[in-house]
Amino acid sequence: MIIAVASGKGGTGKTTIAVNLALSLKNVQFLDCDVEEPNAHIFLKPEIKEKSLAFIPIPEVDEAKCNVCGKCREVCAYHAIAVIPSSNGDKGSVLIFPHLCHGCGACSLLCPQKAIKEVNKEIGVIEIGMSQDIQFVHGTLNVGEIMSPPLIRQVEDYINPTKTVIIDAPPGTSCPVIVAVKKSDYCILVTEPTPFGLNDLVLAVEVLRKLNIPFGVVINRSDIGDDKVDQYCQDKKILILLRIPFDKEIALLYSRGIPLVQKKAEYKEKFRTMFDMITKEI
Amino acid sequence: MKQIVVISGKGGTGKSVLTASFAALAKNKVMVDCDVDAADLHLLLHPVIKERHEFRSGKTAKLNKKICTQCDQCVALCKFGAISDDLTIDPISCEGCALCSHICPAGAIAMVQNVAGEYFVSDTKYGPFVHAKLGIAEDNSGKLVAKIRQVAKEIAEKEGLDYVVIDGPPGIGCPVIASLSGVDSALIVTEPTLSGLHDAKRVIEVAEHFKIPVKMVVNKYDLNNEMTGCIERFCEDKGIAVIGKMGFDRAIVESMVAGTTIVEHCGSRIREEIVNIWQELTV
Repeated sequence: MIIAVASGKGGTGKTTIAVNLALSLKNVQFLDCDVEEPNAHIFLKPEIKEKSLAFIPIPEVDEAKCNVCGKCREVCAYHAIAVIPSSNGDKGSVLIFPHLCHGCGACSLLCPQKAIKEVNKEIGVIEIGMSQDIQFVHGTLNVGEIMSPPLIRQVEDYINPTKTVIIDAPPGTSCPVIVAVKKSDYCILVTEPTPFGLNDLVLAVEVLRKLNIPFGVVINRSDIGDDKVDQYCQDKKILILLRIPFDKEIALLYSRGIPLVQKKAEYKEKFRTMFDMITKEI
Repeated sequence: MKQIVVISGKGGTGKSVLTASFAALAKNKVMVDCDVDAADLHLLLHPVIKERHEFRSGKTAKLNKKICTQCDQCVALCKFGAISDDLTIDPISCEGCALCSHICPAGAIAMVQNVAGEYFVSDTKYGPFVHAKLGIAEDNSGKLVAKIRQVAKEIAEKEGLDYVVIDGPPGIGCPVIASLSGVDSALIVTEPTLSGLHDAKRVIEVAEHFKIPVKMVVNKYDLNNEMTGCIERFCEDKGIAVIGKMGFDRAIVESMVAGTTIVEHCGSRIREEIVNIWQELTV
């Protein structure tokens, strides 16, 4: 079973829920798919055993074969290729803008001269390790790199279906989130009972409905703000899986990178109960 | 005219709360919410929408099953796994590269223009505000960010405004880089946690990569004074000015519930601190 932990709004407690759920269960694999800002390793402190670079394919032009026909520029939907036409006996040339390239392969496939091949461009690194008996995988996007979805897909290639897989997703509602949650059987949406929390929860719910993924809600810092998140969940018949009240001690543990269940063992039971609720839902 | 962006790396550190306060404090500015896939600033600025525009970006492949000969070439060649074995195109996975439509021998695949969202030019009691709503499960958030920044810049130039104040998204990827590129300075809001520091370091690297000067604010600094000290030392070593520290204050949530900026919320103790941050940011 694959469970993704997501939220529209950032900083609501995705990593807290994902990490502590993982620590409360047996036979778990943990994937940190927030590749722009991965944080789960701060809490799980995995021993990294394997590192591999992540690449996307980008075009490379063989100038000897290229006759500057411009087909590659014409087929590139991302404006990642420019062609300098020939003039005054100069052959002209093809310019590639790698940061705009999505790696679709159209240019190399459709080049009439077969002058373009795909070469690897590094976009980040994937690390695999163990945190006690939890199998741990995370990806880290290189700084200055735009495209996180290909790296997220490559992290998810490590999914081990024999385990309970927990995915820590990035915040927001756009492509990186969709790629991160798409393979999951269930999604936990973490929110807080504030107008910002509600606004972004509604957006995240719309995304999951569109993707047809079953979901429930965790309300973090449940005793601050107002009761509009509760009302919304009631109106929309959305299951509330867990409420965690605001507690300075929890905030302090978080700030130090200490998982909640390590110091407050009573939460292990709460996370297991939540897991049982989820298994009944799917 | 100066463009200032508020970013954080980590989500939920208080970007929008601080940006909304700047809306109340700054004169002669246009506000922009570049967190287009989870926009919240409108909840505090209460915009009255004046102009509404469709944001068209990218295309999606559409298969005409009547012409399709089921040769399956598109299934094998799609790098995004968007075409299933039964020849159904998943519009959410499709990245609009058009490879399938180019190679289809039957000419059965057409590329259809996407409406990827909407953007708005609004009036608020604080002045003009440009904001957007990305369509559900749409991509191209970076392009939408670039679009609304361009609209805001044009307003600032036309009306002779002093500032474009940008509320940025979390993370370090596509929409962050689009929010950051070409600004005059970036304010990074962090919190005194290991995660906050870890993420701030990465977003600082991004800003350095694009040669944007940065200043730092620590929010909820008193939740862990020791960690706040770590952040201050880190910034000192890097030559980054920490221009303010905001204490943990339940009034922030109360003001949000009341739909008002924290600097206008009665009895708020941190008004003075934020006034000071805005001054330091604009010296």
